[in-house]
Amino acid sequence: MRTSSILLALALSLPILGLILAALLGQPSPIASDGIVAERTLTHLWNYVLTDYIVTTILLCLGVGIGVFVLGVGNAWLVANYQFPGKAIFEWALILPLAVPAYVMAYLFVDFLQHAGPVQTMLRENLGLSWALPDPRSLGGAIWTFSMCLYPYVYLVARTSFLDRSARFMEVAETLGYTSVQAFMKLVLPMARPAIFTGIALALMEVLADFGAVSYFGLQTFATGIFKAWLSFGDRSAAVHLSLMLLSFVLIVFYWERHNRARQRYALTNTNTRPAIPKRLVGPHALYAFLFCALTLFFAFVLPMAVLFDLLSEQGLEADPRYWGWLKNSLSLSAFTAILAVLCALFLAYAARLTQSKTLQGVNRLLTVGYALPGAVLGVGILSLLGLLDIAWLMSVSVGILVYAYLIRFLSAGLQSIETGLTRITPAMDGTAALLGAKPLEMIWRIHLPLLRRSVLTALLFVFVDVMKELPATLLLRPFNLDTLAVATYQLAADERLAELALPALSIVLVGLLPVILLSRAIAQKR
Amino acid sequence: MQGICSGFTSSIKKVSLIFGLGFAISALPSHAAEPNTVLNLYSARHYQTDESLYANFTKSTGIKINRIEADDNALLERLNSEGAKSPADVILLVDAARLWRAQVNGMFKPIQSKVLDQRIPANLRAKADADGTTWFGFSTRARIIVYNKDRIKPGDVNTYEKLADPINKGKVCTRSGSHPYMLSLVGALIERDGTAATEKWAKGMVANMARAPKGGDTDQIRAVASGECAVALTNSYYLARLMRSTKPEDIVVVAKVGHIWPNQNAGGVHINISGGGVAKNAPNPQAAVKFLEYLASDAAQIYFADGNNEWPVVASVRVDNPALKALGPYQVEKVSIAAIGRNQVAAQRILDQAGYR
Repeated sequence: MRTSSILLALALSLPILGLILAALLGQPSPIASDGIVAERTLTHLWNYVLTDYIVTTILLCLGVGIGVFVLGVGNAWLVANYQFPGKAIFEWALILPLAVPAYVMAYLFVDFLQHAGPVQTMLRENLGLSWALPDPRSLGGAIWTFSMCLYPYVYLVARTSFLDRSARFMEVAETLGYTSVQAFMKLVLPMARPAIFTGIALALMEVLADFGAVSYFGLQTFATGIFKAWLSFGDRSAAVHLSLMLLSFVLIVFYWERHNRARQRYALTNTNTRPAIPKRLVGPHALYAFLFCALTLFFAFVLPMAVLFDLLSEQGLEADPRYWGWLKNSLSLSAFTAILAVLCALFLAYAARLTQSKTLQGVNRLLTVGYALPGAVLGVGILSLLGLLDIAWLMSVSVGILVYAYLIRFLSAGLQSIETGLTRITPAMDGTAALLGAKPLEMIWRIHLPLLRRSVLTALLFVFVDVMKELPATLLLRPFNLDTLAVATYQLAADERLAELALPALSIVLVGLLPVILLSRAIAQKR
Repeated sequence: MQGICSGFTSSIKKVSLIFGLGFAISALPSHAAEPNTVLNLYSARHYQTDESLYANFTKSTGIKINRIEADDNALLERLNSEGAKSPADVILLVDAARLWRAQVNGMFKPIQSKVLDQRIPANLRAKADADGTTWFGFSTRARIIVYNKDRIKPGDVNTYEKLADPINKGKVCTRSGSHPYMLSLVGALIERDGTAATEKWAKGMVANMARAPKGGDTDQIRAVASGECAVALTNSYYLARLMRSTKPEDIVVVAKVGHIWPNQNAGGVHINISGGGVAKNAPNPQAAVKFLEYLASDAAQIYFADGNNEWPVVASVRVDNPALKALGPYQVEKVSIAAIGRNQVAAQRILDQAGYR
């Protein structure tokens, strides 16, 4: 068990090793024009641009971190604990923005609000206003867009965690004379901290790895530096050095959080949770709660969809003959990868739990950084690896390599969710089950799975939607004639055909919505 | 605990066996076709209008095309890792510097084709050696200047150099300095004006920016029309596409902007090319040559002009595209493509040092 899980983990870290090798060997890239050494590229970048890139990255992460925390935790808290008008809809509808890729949200946001866009043109021409709105292609615009796209990560995990615990805690807290705000701050939030951190970490890793949306906003982040080194200077080795810097940073943050958390262990001692009875809000409080959820939903989902439908109506529904192929490819790739990723995640999480091995826990930590790896860099890592083994021709005839890349990038989304779920199953339960003679599979089937159901569904959902939206690795590693909806969207954007992009972009959203709705309803049902 | 582990492991083994088998089956190559009945194309052209170009080739030759479209660098990285076993037959790229780099890195196989040598002008293909020619240009696009008719006197912006002149302070827009189209232009300017002058030019451009560089070429044209910028650089085919559009908002944009062929008496307009060659390890070399010759045929050349508003490279081709006609004739720069390719890194350094984002 130990060996096989270490082997699996190793198989998934190979490309990162390939990257490190490439960096050490200083492999020149085929796009290099003269034998520039990495050091010179790095020095140049450091002297002229890297500081700016790092500052922008930090500001962007801070902004998005606060944004997803406020939107995710705020909405989750309201929906998990209170009864107010519209709650039944908000409960699942607030997850919907998860299906909108950040780059699509960026196109729509900018197109709608830019100086030459419909809103500002109307203000100028119909109202004669001479002042301009702030430029949507800016740091503020990016923070807004990413927060709207990514808060569901936090919302999902926070809500699961609030639903599991908060009701009883709130009751206990009230008998101790806490106000509900105090109880939330002192009890519930610290209890949900691991889950909330996981959600924020997922969101920020997505921001760190993003290149498409960021460059559309005209921002220059650390990922810009990686791409500049690779594409403009043709210096793959410098790009790899920068990628490894980014990964180390992510690892340090993770380690620091774990270390802090290690001193605060919680496990529920009593698991016969009865469904909590949400408090009914009345008067202005009900209105505030409604407004908070409704505005989030409006800006994050309803408005972007309206703009997308508007683009679509402008374009007319001339479905591209290739459209059904894109749809089929996207669906099958996403479903297959999601199932595979969750199986791997379950296996790795259980291996770490059952063997109680520090090594395995460390390995699982390591695997989660894949998410912060820009897809293109991961792609180059895989290419280096395949090149070394001389099996790169596999890419053209099989989707296997592409699925492998997805697994490396998105396993962490599944693993985090399942690990968080497992922390809620106490070791004592396993002991009791074993004493009562439960066979291991029986124990997993009859005790763990029912308790883990939400986490497994959440994991499936994350991976499915992520694969649906993934772009750079897909572009680099896909076999012949296999275009996905995301690829089609990208090609049309590269060709600067925004209106034609509406159909594939909308399809990504709609296809992503199906599992989001199904799963979120399943999650919402009481066990 | 041990019992739990072993039981669990055996079931996991079964599951992984099933998946392993599935993976292996999906990785089996589809039964190899007869050589030269298929053509594997790696293309960096991202134009929707190319679809019928490929369909027509298959219709007339019976050769099926397998395609992977991605950006130039992704394709070159991929070819590199595939090495001798690469399935690619033809590589199409959309930037002169990239074509040159691919040639220098030995990605192309030199070929000898009377048809291509005859139809494609010598300055739009690689220099031939004893083995033949590595790559050929099939269409060209020019980097032109668009300006807002209400805010700009055309005489103030009729060369690339004048865009950096203090008279245009706060008026200029371009896309990001890291974009290949910009790097190729700056590479050409280094060749034309020298490094010191180009450094000064880049600083002047940064001082003249109406806004930080952002967006694509169409965005620059729209921003000029809306008044956010007064003058901008764009590829010719984006302007031609707007000129041919029937959408009301596009018609409004075109009415507000004028265009200029830069440097008509000062070195000519900077052009970029889209072209390609046979991949070094092509498994279907005859089909590959046949495809390149098809791209130089009248029918395909007219496609480039009609579909994507690019200029054909074959002089004898009669183009019937109102937008291209309206853009008029022009004088082209004499800079060699190799020089543009060689200067790419220097161009990026100069732009970074000037704070050109």
